[in-house]
Amino acid sequence: MSAPRDELRSRWVGRSIRRVEDPALVTGRGRFTGDLPATLSVRFVRSPVASGRIVRVTAPDATRMICAADLAGVQPIRPMLHKFNYVPIAQPILADRVVRYVGEAIAAVIADSEEEAEDIVERVEVEIDETAPVVDAQAALEKNAPAVHDAAPLNIIVEGRVRTAGFEVARAAASKIVAVDVRSYRQNALPMEPRGAHASFDAATSRITLTLSTQAPHLMRTAIADLIGMPEQGLRVIAPDVGGGFGQKVSLAPEFVVLVFLARKFRTSIAWSEDRHENLMACFHSRDQYVTIEGAFNDHGKLLALSTDVLANVGAYSCFPTTAAVEPLMAMAEMPGPYDVRDYNCVARGVVTNTCPMAPYRGVSRPVVTFSLERLMDTAAAAFGLDPIEMRRRNLIRQFPYTSATGLVFDEGTYVETMDVAVRTLDIPAFRARQSRERSNGRFIGLGIATFSERTGYGTPAFAARGMEITPGWETVELAMDPSGFVEARIGSSPHGQGLRTTLSQIIADELGLVPDRIKIIHGDTDRTPYGFGTFASRSLVIGGGAALLAARKLRTKLIKIAGHLLEASAGDIVLEDGVAKVAGTDRALPVAMLARAAYHEVHRFSGDIAPGLTESGTYDPAGTFSNACHAAIVEVDVETGAVVVEKFLVAEDAGRLINPMIADGQIRGGVAQGIANALFEEIVYDDAGNILTTSLADYLPPTAREIPPIEIHHLETLTEASITKAKGLGEGGAIGAPAAIVNAINDALSPFGVSIDEFPATPQRIRAALRAAEQRT
Amino acid sequence: MIEKIDITLTINGRDYPIRVEPRRTLVDAIRDDCGQTGTHIGCEHGVCGSCTILVDGEPMRSCLMFAVQAQGKKLRTVEGLADGDVLHPLQRAFIEHHGLQCGFCTPGFLMLAAGVLEREPDISEQDLLDVLSSNLCRCTGYQNIIKAVRAAAVEMRMR
Repeated sequence: MSAPRDELRSRWVGRSIRRVEDPALVTGRGRFTGDLPATLSVRFVRSPVASGRIVRVTAPDATRMICAADLAGVQPIRPMLHKFNYVPIAQPILADRVVRYVGEAIAAVIADSEEEAEDIVERVEVEIDETAPVVDAQAALEKNAPAVHDAAPLNIIVEGRVRTAGFEVARAAASKIVAVDVRSYRQNALPMEPRGAHASFDAATSRITLTLSTQAPHLMRTAIADLIGMPEQGLRVIAPDVGGGFGQKVSLAPEFVVLVFLARKFRTSIAWSEDRHENLMACFHSRDQYVTIEGAFNDHGKLLALSTDVLANVGAYSCFPTTAAVEPLMAMAEMPGPYDVRDYNCVARGVVTNTCPMAPYRGVSRPVVTFSLERLMDTAAAAFGLDPIEMRRRNLIRQFPYTSATGLVFDEGTYVETMDVAVRTLDIPAFRARQSRERSNGRFIGLGIATFSERTGYGTPAFAARGMEITPGWETVELAMDPSGFVEARIGSSPHGQGLRTTLSQIIADELGLVPDRIKIIHGDTDRTPYGFGTFASRSLVIGGGAALLAARKLRTKLIKIAGHLLEASAGDIVLEDGVAKVAGTDRALPVAMLARAAYHEVHRFSGDIAPGLTESGTYDPAGTFSNACHAAIVEVDVETGAVVVEKFLVAEDAGRLINPMIADGQIRGGVAQGIANALFEEIVYDDAGNILTTSLADYLPPTAREIPPIEIHHLETLTEASITKAKGLGEGGAIGAPAAIVNAINDALSPFGVSIDEFPATPQRIRAALRAAEQRT
Repeated sequence: MIEKIDITLTINGRDYPIRVEPRRTLVDAIRDDCGQTGTHIGCEHGVCGSCTILVDGEPMRSCLMFAVQAQGKKLRTVEGLADGDVLHPLQRAFIEHHGLQCGFCTPGFLMLAAGVLEREPDISEQDLLDVLSSNLCRCTGYQNIIKAVRAAAVEMRMR
């Protein structure tokens, strides 16, 4: 491929250079929120019951404590959506007369140390008149179910419906209808660093500096300033090193608002470090859905019409900024997945319950979407007597751009090709022979695949289509070369483990002909960076990377113009490489540092042609791009215990141009590990009274190195026109495909028993229950 | 108010005279009283291993010990792993093999691996996997951590 002159250069892009983030992190010099000393500590008094009216809260004498009544003037969190019958519901910063889930913060206790605050919390007496809770999403829809919010008497706060004009006709024309009932249980993103906040009042300026473990510092500043009623410039939000987020740290925690309120009130520094118990109980949950999916196929196994009903348990409140509609509405838009189907019918509802609020978690709805669709494909394959691979081959999209039944435009991808890579690599005939041999030895191994698309780098229109009040589609990068020729890139994205400082420096280095070491990326500080939305939804490398490229192109143009003046050559003859500007075909050259010096200190040499300084800005707001992958898993199921061992996991994926393959592989492996965790182990459990039963890591079970197998990765690189760097996002794909691949493999292993496991996590208990039920049938 | 007592913690060869409540956990004392914040707190109930340090050479969960129990023992934390500016083979290997992403669990994994490899440099693959399964990482999927520790083990054996 011959690259045009201003095409992305690739001296550094495409190389697995080491991460600039690492030296500090391996030596204990990382700086996390909890590392900051504070004068005061906060602990929260949390509701011990799922539903009730607060009668009184009594604290020991001389306790510094605030309740809802003390927060006069502070607004509740009330995110808005302008479509899909959304009912706005308000979350008070501290529970206001009513509690709606176990763990909801009722009061904040302030003390000189964390231990002292904790001691006092234990002595605070909370009297609550309990009311009947509703815990399960289906139960919330029942007649006479208690209403969690007066504003939503039926507990439904969002209801999206789509039906293509030809749906009924297409369905009626089908030769076979296949349906699957899917259940995905509730999970927690579980970043290793729980949330934390440190608010510090500066007496000289009356400003508050709020250091947060967040993925979205600018959005947090906007939200908190709005709720408290202060100008944004009075609040500086810093996201220092953040110990993982996976979506959980995108949303606004009411605790953060309390911290700013208290720093203003006490005019000092004050900190809150969430503990693991709180994180599991009262930080955001995800994935709690019931899905029914029905495919209408012609007699060749081609999908003619798809119908689905999505019921998402969104918990007690609606999260800022996405709103609690994010799961059901994403499911509605994306349920057809990577398959060609022209007719579609969907009802997607979000219902409130007396449980911890739901918020985005890696993949958002798509692990459930992919699970539903891929269970449908395998179930349909069995109904047609077709190989699951062939079933998919007959339905995957092949022509691009492809516009889906819900209007999504898929840019060029390799849906069939990635599956072909997986199939070739796995040697399926050899596997089937081994499977058959093992079965005769009483061992049950199975192979499962999942093909899927991962919508990434969504721009403003994608969020506007959802009716969101906030449409976080764009990012800005400000690039400044200083007089020494070094570059500072200030970005609105807010990486927290993705290695974005490294990958952005690779993109900028190529454009400017510099080594990445000369480029410093500044992020996570609202005083130092342009407004931006942060890092989530597999957007930062696509959108922030695109903005970095645009800014770097401008800076490059200016450097070339300066070089043209100083070297008395035409700008068209200047080449920037290895830190030097050269006149092509001559030995005339100047170091970039000298151009930089001249840009600031010797502008008289440009006769007014060139404005002083070297600061440029780029903003990128793409339409969005779909990456794609095929995941394949081989598992062994112990039919006596229901235990599952993942023997092999393979990923064949296409995320366009890989800026840093090492980092890309790291994202994939980490995502798959969470997908395996979601598929087999992790589940937040409530009892019927709304008590949460999984608030320690002895109950909620993330996998260890023992449970995660080596993950084999194959890349295809479709250089999409939908992204100016040609990179597609890939942060979530690992988690999106793995639950489907793993559970399809479990079903394949258990095919002699006639079971169909359509839920995740597929715990040993569930697998044994399915086997017992099958035994009783026969 | 619980009465505080005077103790001295010896961290990375340096003495820290501090005054703590008897119930203060070792990790809180290391971080808050001694200012060594490289050791992290991930669960405070001994499961995640983010707070792993070496106590007289043995990997320990510093959230499960009281500071007073560590008096007179040699504590080693991630800040003491490098020799001045020269990184420990484990630190280099974690960078080289992309054994970290957000970096929060990393100090715990480094100290766990350092404790085990310094005691048992010829540890078998299976035993090493067992050891590494004592700590949690949420970002990497573990494979690169395992690779990094194996690579460091080879280097440490050659020294």
